[in-house]
Amino acid sequence: MTKFTKDHEYITEDGTVGITPYAQEQLGDIVFVELPKVGQKLKAGDEAAVVESVKAASEIYAPASGTVLAINTALTGEPGLINSAPETDGWIFKLALDDAGELDGLMDAAAYADLTK
Amino acid sequence: MSMNNQGRPTGTGSAGVAATGSSLLPNEPLLFEIGDTEHSGVDLPDVEIDGTFLGGFERRSEIDLAGLTEPEALRHYVRLSRLNYSIDSGMYPLGSCTMKHNPRLNEKMARLPGFADIHPLQPVSTVKGALRLMDELAHWLMTLTNTAAVCLTPKAGAHGEMAGMMAIRAAQDAAGQGHRRVVLVPESAHGTNPATAAFLGYSVRSIPARDDGTVDVEAVKVALSPDVAAIMLTNPNTCGLFEPEVIEIAAAVHEAGAFFYCDGANFNAIMGVVRPGDLGIDAMHINLHKTFSTPHGGGGPGAGPVVLSAALAPFAPVPFVRKGELVEHIEGQHLGRITAFNGQMGMYVRALTYMLSHGGDGLAQAAKDAVLNANYIKARLERAFSVPFPGQPCMHEALFDDSFLAGTGVSTLDFAKALIDEGFHPMTMYFPLVVHGAMLVEPTESESKQTLDRFCDVMLDLAADAKAGNAGRFTSAPTRAPRRRLDETRAARSPVLTWSRPEELPQAAE
Amino acid sequence: MRYLPHSEAERAQMLAVIGAATAEDLFARVPTQALLHEPVNLPKHSPEFLVEAHMRALSRQNVAAGDGPFFIGAGAYRHHVPATVDHLIQRSEWLTAYTPYQPEVSQGTLQMLFEFQTQVAHLTGMEVANASMYDGSTATAEAVLMARRLTRRNRIVLSGGLHPHYRDVVRTYLGDGPDLVCLPASPEGQGDILNRIDAETAAIVVQTPDFYGHLRNLRAAADAAHAAGALLIVVVTEVVSLGLIEAPGALGADIVVCEGQSIGNPLNYGGPYVGLMATRKEFVRQMPGRLCGETVDADGTRGFVLTLSTREQHIRREKATSNICTNAGLCALAFSIHMSLLGEAGLKRLARLNHERAVKLARMLGTVPGVELLNKSFFNEMTIRLPVPAAPVVEMLAQAGVLAGLPVSRLEPHDPAVENLIVLAATELTTDTDIEMLADCLNAALQGDA
Repeated sequence: MTKFTKDHEYITEDGTVGITPYAQEQLGDIVFVELPKVGQKLKAGDEAAVVESVKAASEIYAPASGTVLAINTALTGEPGLINSAPETDGWIFKLALDDAGELDGLMDAAAYADLTK
Repeated sequence: MSMNNQGRPTGTGSAGVAATGSSLLPNEPLLFEIGDTEHSGVDLPDVEIDGTFLGGFERRSEIDLAGLTEPEALRHYVRLSRLNYSIDSGMYPLGSCTMKHNPRLNEKMARLPGFADIHPLQPVSTVKGALRLMDELAHWLMTLTNTAAVCLTPKAGAHGEMAGMMAIRAAQDAAGQGHRRVVLVPESAHGTNPATAAFLGYSVRSIPARDDGTVDVEAVKVALSPDVAAIMLTNPNTCGLFEPEVIEIAAAVHEAGAFFYCDGANFNAIMGVVRPGDLGIDAMHINLHKTFSTPHGGGGPGAGPVVLSAALAPFAPVPFVRKGELVEHIEGQHLGRITAFNGQMGMYVRALTYMLSHGGDGLAQAAKDAVLNANYIKARLERAFSVPFPGQPCMHEALFDDSFLAGTGVSTLDFAKALIDEGFHPMTMYFPLVVHGAMLVEPTESESKQTLDRFCDVMLDLAADAKAGNAGRFTSAPTRAPRRRLDETRAARSPVLTWSRPEELPQAAE
Repeated sequence: MRYLPHSEAERAQMLAVIGAATAEDLFARVPTQALLHEPVNLPKHSPEFLVEAHMRALSRQNVAAGDGPFFIGAGAYRHHVPATVDHLIQRSEWLTAYTPYQPEVSQGTLQMLFEFQTQVAHLTGMEVANASMYDGSTATAEAVLMARRLTRRNRIVLSGGLHPHYRDVVRTYLGDGPDLVCLPASPEGQGDILNRIDAETAAIVVQTPDFYGHLRNLRAAADAAHAAGALLIVVVTEVVSLGLIEAPGALGADIVVCEGQSIGNPLNYGGPYVGLMATRKEFVRQMPGRLCGETVDADGTRGFVLTLSTREQHIRREKATSNICTNAGLCALAFSIHMSLLGEAGLKRLARLNHERAVKLARMLGTVPGVELLNKSFFNEMTIRLPVPAAPVVEMLAQAGVLAGLPVSRLEPHDPAVENLIVLAATELTTDTDIEMLADCLNAALQGDA
């Protein structure tokens, strides 16, 4: 089941990370994404990626510790995928988790919905 | 930002736009669409040269520079200029920018050959007047701030910040305190502050603002530690308020072995009324293009001299004028130069001309009028607008947030664009970041009561219209400007930063 | 006070609306010990004619470059600026406009910047240019930092032909240390930078024409840098040279920085000037400074906006590419207008004329006993060696009304190798009479010393 961080990242069971529909709406049109490198090791809370809109740049933090398995290179040519399909085609990177147990500490969909009320 | 959701516009921008519209509001083609490599607006003799001294490095690649004859050039740039708003045509209520009147005497004096036609490296004996001018300007700046020294050379405010913070870093190093790698910066600070600190290798520790928009000296004391090199504080702050505990903050900072850098962008509120040196600052940059009326020129040139306390004076970068001599080489602990040559002489002439015109009494009156004007706007608008830090007079700028627009479907951005349709340049938007949807209004002392009243009438009318539910007027604005709202998303996603011939462009996707 | 619009009656009305008794009440939140209780000790306000008299008196204590034969270059050049340029930049809408943050009412400035960026890119032979920097020296320092970010390496090597002021600015920005290698002065044009590149090198910095006037082999420098995975930063302090000398972009430069002052901007005792920066498209996100881009508005009409702003300080704050806020604005406009008036045909003629004047100067200097010309190549600037220290000779000539060039010891007071050197420039404004007078005075000065 997909979990959420208080910084508006989501992480699916298979380690796919992106930002939530609420987040992309707040940021506005995404114009550029700075992706992590495949093989990069991240600890929970590390800056993993940067998402730029016209007027702001937002850091994306790793929701859990792990190694970057894959990055969504489609975002290089079409950063707007994050706006149009944040939970599907607009995924940002996939993590191979060090410890799946870390996800237990994150919010579920209901708790995240409360946060963004 | 509703406009950006309307799907992707077609094509990569139409090339070959013909000149349409009246000569008063033209669509002006690009230089490269009207000029070519054959035409020229200067007459120069054609001379023969051989390659003896060119080492085989003659240019073989094409340049591809369009040229225009003189009348064509004049038309092009006059017509382009008509697309610009300017201080001379209307008020800019831009908080933090101090868009005051740019006196024309400044321009006349700057063009005297004795100022404009002197080379920075002429023998010093041939430019005594330049050195005297720099000395005189320095005297005015130091007297207005009650400081011990001034570094005149920074080319802009951010450059001055860099110089001031370098002096602080050097002073800490010289005192064996080089391990101090943290700089305290309030949340409300202008972006240049943390950028400058990071640039110099510091990490930034943020100080929150309290509910009244100012910095609590207790919060500073909590943040102070033996690894803090300096605090960077703007006073009056970016919310338009004088920091009431600034003297205590300075004392606490010094007590902790740190220095006080003051961002002087808002000096216009207090010149001749308060001297930052009396408050305990160690370094402060002054924006000549804000406080001292040198023209904004569409984005520059600026000038950002930095006044320094006695503690930092020994570290001032070269060059500087001392007792009528130009000191160009490092001696003692003075830092190396931060720019080639001698600084922004063209701006010194203008600023000194302005200072002499106003005099010390006039500068103080200007500050008082700037504060009066901002408070007048605040008084006229505060019932209809939302004031995040009420119950106190503001300084030279009034801050509003967007809570008054709640439920209207109108954002700060939309509101600003609608102001354009009423003939005003928008106020500063979304700054400072500590307030939601900020609108920062700084009229300066140059605006008459008539203009202020007209501005307030328009603002009240807009606020009423927004609350009455006419969101469309705002979200479709501007409709009476040379352009409708521009697609900034497209510009950032597919940057087109230079002109290409139409045949060189990739085919449009649609 | 002619710049303040309020009468006392108006001030009183406004205070009444605010609900304050006096203007001083508005400063109630200022601690009393901070408020001045007597006026600052400065002169009182003054009518225009007195201010003008004061400023004119100061200006008359300076010898203007145009007052006599003038040969100083060294990074700032005396060229003719057409009358149209200064007239246009004084138009209200250019002079008193703000930074184009509201693009709908700033299309004049924005379109001009787009044209300016294109002109700079074409001149330098690079793909993209920014909307100007403060000046050539700070642009050089920023280019060095940009190269470090791009390569993730730290070592920087500065050619001995780089303007000493530019070198000093880079040293101040980077700090002295093993990662900053400043090669010794190379007045004879000797290139030795190719041997100093290694796997730690982020970039090498080569100026051409260099400080001493020599034209440098950029192709060789580019090849050597790239072979080691480093970047080539090229510095041009005299942009008119680009009308005759090969573009750095055509020779492999990765970043080109220039001082644009020669076009459109007077000497102004050193400022305001205009820095140019151009680079490869792939590097654009690491380029500091403002950028103007083309787009369309809601009606589909072409327009221009500042773009890629997320690199800049007001958004990225600590993570910005630089702390820069302003560009050179009006100076960039002056550059662009002058360049439009020149056009390609005019710039080429101007460059040839400058070189022809310099050749004349070189030949005349060759006839002065004791004077040795160090240059085999030059554009419009060259270095001569005297048999005696140069600074006193230059001072003597200045007293006689001839500004004979720059004694290098002024910039390098502790280097005996340059004590007898003068760097001189000729431009389209240099007349045959000027050159003859210089030769005569030099001759007389050196004879007097013999």
